[in-house]
Amino acid sequence: MKRSAPTRLSSVGQLRRAARVGDVAGAAVQAVLRPAKALGFPYRKPSVPKGMVVPPNPDKLGANFETGWARSSPAKAARAVITNGPMRAMVRVLASPEIVGLDRLADIQRADESPAVIFAPNHHSHVDTPLMHIAVPEPWRSNLVIAAAADYFFDKRVKGTFAALALNAFPIDREVTSRKSSDELRHLIDDGWSLVIFPEGGRSPDGWGQDFKGGAAYLSNRTGVPVVPVFIDGTGSIYGKGMKRPKPGKSKVVFGAPMLPMADESTRRFNARIEAAVTALGDEALTDYWTSRQRIAAGTSPKLTGPEYNGWRRQWALAEHRKLGKAGQRRRQNRRWPDLG
Amino acid sequence: MPRPGFVLEVDRSTPSIMFWRGENFSLEKLPAGRSRVVYPPEPLEALKDIDGAIRHALLNPHDQDPLPTQLFPGMKLTIAFDDVSLPLPKMRRPDTRQRVMEAVLDLVAAAGVDDVHLIAALGLHRRMHEYELRHALGDRIYDSFYPRGMLYQHDAEDHDNLAIIGTTDHGEVLEINKRAAESDLIIYVNINSVSMDGGWKSITTGLASYRCLSHHHNPETLENTRSLMGHRHQSALHTSVWRLGKVLKDNGPKIFQIETTLNTDMFPAPFDFLSKREWEWNTRDRATFLATTKSLNRTPIKMARKIFHNMEGPHQMTSVQAGDTDAVHKLTLEKVYEQQLVEVVGQTDILTMGIPYVCPYNPDGVMNPILVMCMGLGYLFNMYRNKPLVREGGVIIMTHPCYRDFNPVHHPSYIDFFDQVLADTTSPAEMSRKWEKQYAEDEWYKHLYRTGNAYHGVHPFYAWYWGAHGLQHAGKVIIVGGDPPTVRRLGFTPASTMDDAFEIASDVVGRNATITHLHAPALLVADVQ
Repeated sequence: MKRSAPTRLSSVGQLRRAARVGDVAGAAVQAVLRPAKALGFPYRKPSVPKGMVVPPNPDKLGANFETGWARSSPAKAARAVITNGPMRAMVRVLASPEIVGLDRLADIQRADESPAVIFAPNHHSHVDTPLMHIAVPEPWRSNLVIAAAADYFFDKRVKGTFAALALNAFPIDREVTSRKSSDELRHLIDDGWSLVIFPEGGRSPDGWGQDFKGGAAYLSNRTGVPVVPVFIDGTGSIYGKGMKRPKPGKSKVVFGAPMLPMADESTRRFNARIEAAVTALGDEALTDYWTSRQRIAAGTSPKLTGPEYNGWRRQWALAEHRKLGKAGQRRRQNRRWPDLG
Repeated sequence: MPRPGFVLEVDRSTPSIMFWRGENFSLEKLPAGRSRVVYPPEPLEALKDIDGAIRHALLNPHDQDPLPTQLFPGMKLTIAFDDVSLPLPKMRRPDTRQRVMEAVLDLVAAAGVDDVHLIAALGLHRRMHEYELRHALGDRIYDSFYPRGMLYQHDAEDHDNLAIIGTTDHGEVLEINKRAAESDLIIYVNINSVSMDGGWKSITTGLASYRCLSHHHNPETLENTRSLMGHRHQSALHTSVWRLGKVLKDNGPKIFQIETTLNTDMFPAPFDFLSKREWEWNTRDRATFLATTKSLNRTPIKMARKIFHNMEGPHQMTSVQAGDTDAVHKLTLEKVYEQQLVEVVGQTDILTMGIPYVCPYNPDGVMNPILVMCMGLGYLFNMYRNKPLVREGGVIIMTHPCYRDFNPVHHPSYIDFFDQVLADTTSPAEMSRKWEKQYAEDEWYKHLYRTGNAYHGVHPFYAWYWGAHGLQHAGKVIIVGGDPPTVRRLGFTPASTMDDAFEIASDVVGRNATITHLHAPALLVADVQ
């Protein structure tokens, strides 16, 4: 009996200790599970006293997205790996590009110091940007900046960071002519960076081209670097605007001869010449060089923007137009013949 | 500012000199005190704006109206162009022919001319492969014209499509491609790598028939051609060609001649050391030379050949002129000589030359023994003006492996020529009398020439005649490093080393003979005083 009393006492003590640990754990769990709402400042934003106006934070998205870091050496090295590895493989699988007309760049490529160049392609698809990244030859490829729509590519931090790293994208306003954007682009050109600007300002909404905006012509006029017209065919069928997922097919990239503004040529006129050059390349891509030259001479080159009329006839004409070229046609499924034993 | 060519007197401080040996090179020590090396001028500067210069030439031709004013809708236009026998090595894209023809076609399209034919002026050369046409003209022209049947290669054996223009007062019949003969205008696009080419030779050989070519491609004319690269009045071949040209000018269609010259920047890095003077080789050059020669010694010959033929030269255009054939060619020759002429005082007893892996008759093919002879005695020996570098009765020493190897697709008649004709005689006059007709009229060779990629059956004779003047002039020809039975079949003397060759030569020219080495690359014409 003498030995049983301390045993009973110790078991009570243990129960009490267990109860205390349980209380602490319960409080901790409760604290964790307590809604964040219940936590006040400084865990939450402070409330604004009545009558006070908080000045807005500077917007770091859109055209203000900082991309300088993407042109540093480590970012360039990372981009080289991305471009020559997964991006090239992805473009090959998706778009099987045929790249022609690079011989037209031979003269400026051979120059002791190849000048910066503004590439001005038409635009049908998100595939166009990586396609240009692998189609543009050295020495420009490793120093290529893509002028990308600020409102689309840089509206979210993650998206903008990815676009800046993988594509060396630079945000530009599509709607407003921002002096800041154009000044920064000019500085980039002065620093030896080449640009890809899609003068149409965005992807084609219906498969036909759009009128060119004057960004490429303006920059060339201001900086004196040549504009290389480029025609991209077929990517509209691969991943055009409105398509939910890409459908692999063939594409063609045709490079034109470098163009410089003539003496006293206005930006508007130079822009019209660039558009005409891309139009001619489009005709060359779908027919052949001689036919396109004859049509240019006769003033009958088919317009990049398609026929004037609207509605189904416009779509009908697009189908006819696409039949001319091999680009854009989807790869045929391998036929499976029945096993007849 | 490129440095002019010069003559180096070899002394004890002179390093070994580089010699071509087919698909390899070697360094040879030339005897001090009695040897000299003729170095070519450095490449001239290329035109700054090549496309602009071409447009300017077309709009401001010599002794003719601007090209656009000569074009009109409904006209029959033929554009003829040189084949890939030049430049050597093939030039980097875009080729000069492509640049010029695209500029011409822009004007042709603007004038609304639809009936345009592009004809490769092959003469009796082999038909070009598709990849060669694409290289020369570019994919754009090829894809536009070839599928429509508007781009094709001249056929000197298609008698239904040949037309006689007239006959010279020497009885030479001018027979050329019928389409060209019946055109309102022929535009000829020419590349002048050497002074031998261009002028009236372009059409009267490139678009001519065998019958027409045989008037001047014969032993008698070529033995009296002194030289191919020198003054026209000393060349019996060019005198004959110019007579035919006069017939063409008087009786044929109107001709708009476009001639271009290239600089001698022939080999791309890392092989650019080939064009350097040996004492200016830096560590990288020497390392490249050693690595290249050692590797090539262990490389199968087919692979070595492929490596060399895949090289694309960085040569660039130095001038372009268009208009009347005579006026244009005069300017072209001035430019070619500006690039290639080197003044040399006095002749020599022994002329040495390295024979490379390529000559105008084996683009992308095998340098067979007949072509070794043609390159040495036909081309390099003839790179002179006034008088030959080697004195009459002197010795010519060439370096080449001279393997008994032929390309059966390109040179089928060369194989039989080597086995049958050279076994019988090496005399140009005798082989012409006994064998030429048989080869020229052989139906199988004609078939291969017309439908395959073979040189005409008579072509090995022409290659041999090309060296007729050299054969007649030299007292002895030695080939260092050549396969002895093959060299003997050519009628020459084999030698294992350069010293052996000098020893053998001493039987003909004595022990203290003077030696002159023609340094190649690049191209040079020795103006021997």
